[in-house]
Amino acid sequence: MQATTAPAEKTVEPRLKRNRKSISYAKWGYYFIAPFFVVYAVFSLYPLLSTFYYSFFEYYRSGLKFIGPNFVGFENFKTLFANGDLVMYAKNTLIMWILGFIPQIVFSLLLAAWFTDVRLHIRGSGFFKTVIYMPNIIMASAFAMLFFTLFSDKGPINDIFISLGWMDAARPYQWLATTAGNRGLVAFMNFLMWYGNTTIMLMAAIMGVDPGLYEAAEIDGASSTKQFFSITLPLIRPILLYVVVTSMIGGIQMFDVPQILTNGKGLPDRTSMSLVMYLNNHLFSKNYGMAGAVSVVLFIIAAVLSFLVFRFNTRKEER
Amino acid sequence: MSNTQAVRIRKGRSTLTLRRVIAYTVLILLTLLSLFSFYVLFINATRGHYDIQKGFSFLPGRALMANLNNVMSSSEMPVLRGMLNSFIVATGSAALSVYFSTLTAYGIHAYQFKGNNAAFKFILLIMMVPTQVSALGFISLMNNWGLRNSFIPLIVPTIAAPMTFFFMKQYMESNLPLEIIEAARIDGSGEFATFNRIVLPMTKPAIAVQAIFTFVANWNNYFIPSLLIDNKNMKTLPILMAQLRSADWLKFDLGQVYMLIALAILPVVIVYLCLSRFIVGGVALGGVKG
Repeated sequence: MQATTAPAEKTVEPRLKRNRKSISYAKWGYYFIAPFFVVYAVFSLYPLLSTFYYSFFEYYRSGLKFIGPNFVGFENFKTLFANGDLVMYAKNTLIMWILGFIPQIVFSLLLAAWFTDVRLHIRGSGFFKTVIYMPNIIMASAFAMLFFTLFSDKGPINDIFISLGWMDAARPYQWLATTAGNRGLVAFMNFLMWYGNTTIMLMAAIMGVDPGLYEAAEIDGASSTKQFFSITLPLIRPILLYVVVTSMIGGIQMFDVPQILTNGKGLPDRTSMSLVMYLNNHLFSKNYGMAGAVSVVLFIIAAVLSFLVFRFNTRKEER
Repeated sequence: MSNTQAVRIRKGRSTLTLRRVIAYTVLILLTLLSLFSFYVLFINATRGHYDIQKGFSFLPGRALMANLNNVMSSSEMPVLRGMLNSFIVATGSAALSVYFSTLTAYGIHAYQFKGNNAAFKFILLIMMVPTQVSALGFISLMNNWGLRNSFIPLIVPTIAAPMTFFFMKQYMESNLPLEIIEAARIDGSGEFATFNRIVLPMTKPAIAVQAIFTFVANWNNYFIPSLLIDNKNMKTLPILMAQLRSADWLKFDLGQVYMLIALAILPVVIVYLCLSRFIVGGVALGGVKG
């Protein structure tokens, strides 16, 4: 950071440097950061505060008329927790996130360890990395639409299963009509979209580990499994935690995939409805009070998780 | 060499071979898993409706041009218009976001001013706030300003991109020595000109990575656009995907459905395949220091 370079300069030519910096140039710093902060204040901060504000009001559309805004205190929050929907959608989101995250972290660790293993020397790792990262850049809504067609009752996946003899042609599996099918597909898509990204992050972490440690372990005759669990895993723990928490923050924002896959309905019987889909429904039906309350809850969850990330980062710098 | 040592080395070699076999098998299976859905997509985009209904085939059909023509001439799903709209939004966002976030990073990196550190901390703090959380206030503000069915709310707010800022700040710390700026000053270069003529070219690799990521993110963005845009001619591709899903799709020509999905993802896939090394490298750069 420049905080470390500036004092060093000051000791060289104290008066001259300080004068130049503080008198003629500091204002440019303000000019340069102004557009960012103005845009943030107008398009994000003000909307955020007004969202919080709405959460304390009864304010919704009924037919063509708007009811409110009437101040109701914490009434929206009470309704939110009393009717059980929020808890149910939080649970759905958590289940879908975990189902996707477990294979994501397992395969990412495995692949990252393989790609960085000098003795194993994987050929074509550039090709593999390109392929496994690719789903991450695909439009999530198009990807979900694709899976909807692939896994429909008479879709290609069932066709293939039937021709392989894994499924009875008279009774094809209805992936999109079951809770397990929908949640499983959402989790599977999240896994496909994110394991490449995680692999690359973890690879960078592993490559930061002192190679001397592996050489020493090699001489001592430690197997690569032993090396992985005794050297790699403990040393990349900070980045591993970072990956887990940022993925959780991504998880609570889960929207595009379940929204498109289930046409916004969280089929069947709202069992694959995520928190943001719930927010989206309130926004569409113009129930601003309730939408505000859901937003506040989401904000608090995200804030707690971000605080954890912040803690990891500052601890890393202290070391 | 003693006997036990030789045994150990031989044993080591055979376990290495075994590990290689396992590693390549898993990698190939994951490759197939990652690519399979796209393979089916592009195969089925070349087949006609009845052909697709008869069952899956691993070989392409002959209806590529027919599907393409049908999709292009459909007035229900203005896909060309959608591609153009997505392109405008994504390009506009990438340009504004990268330029101003780099400018902000430079402002904090190169100038000592009161509140410098506080500004930096503030941006770190807001980095993790999900956009959905302020959506309600944002949507109602845009409605009040009469900016429904406009690209302004989709492009202008990206000027404040905390992630891009952070990435650029990190990059400048290791790649932009302040001495160069001092030198430019001595040569009489104005501060703003220094940024445009010296800093921007020097940070080009990082700028390119961030521009690509911002482009892709906005090309794919669905949540906010779906709440603000309902005019047929303004719809971006993700909104068309949602429309496709909610349409009575059983009546749709399946060849056209696959063709529409293919058109939505193809541009980004092509860009990705051309620049993959670069993009994958960019992910690693952003990751370690995050």
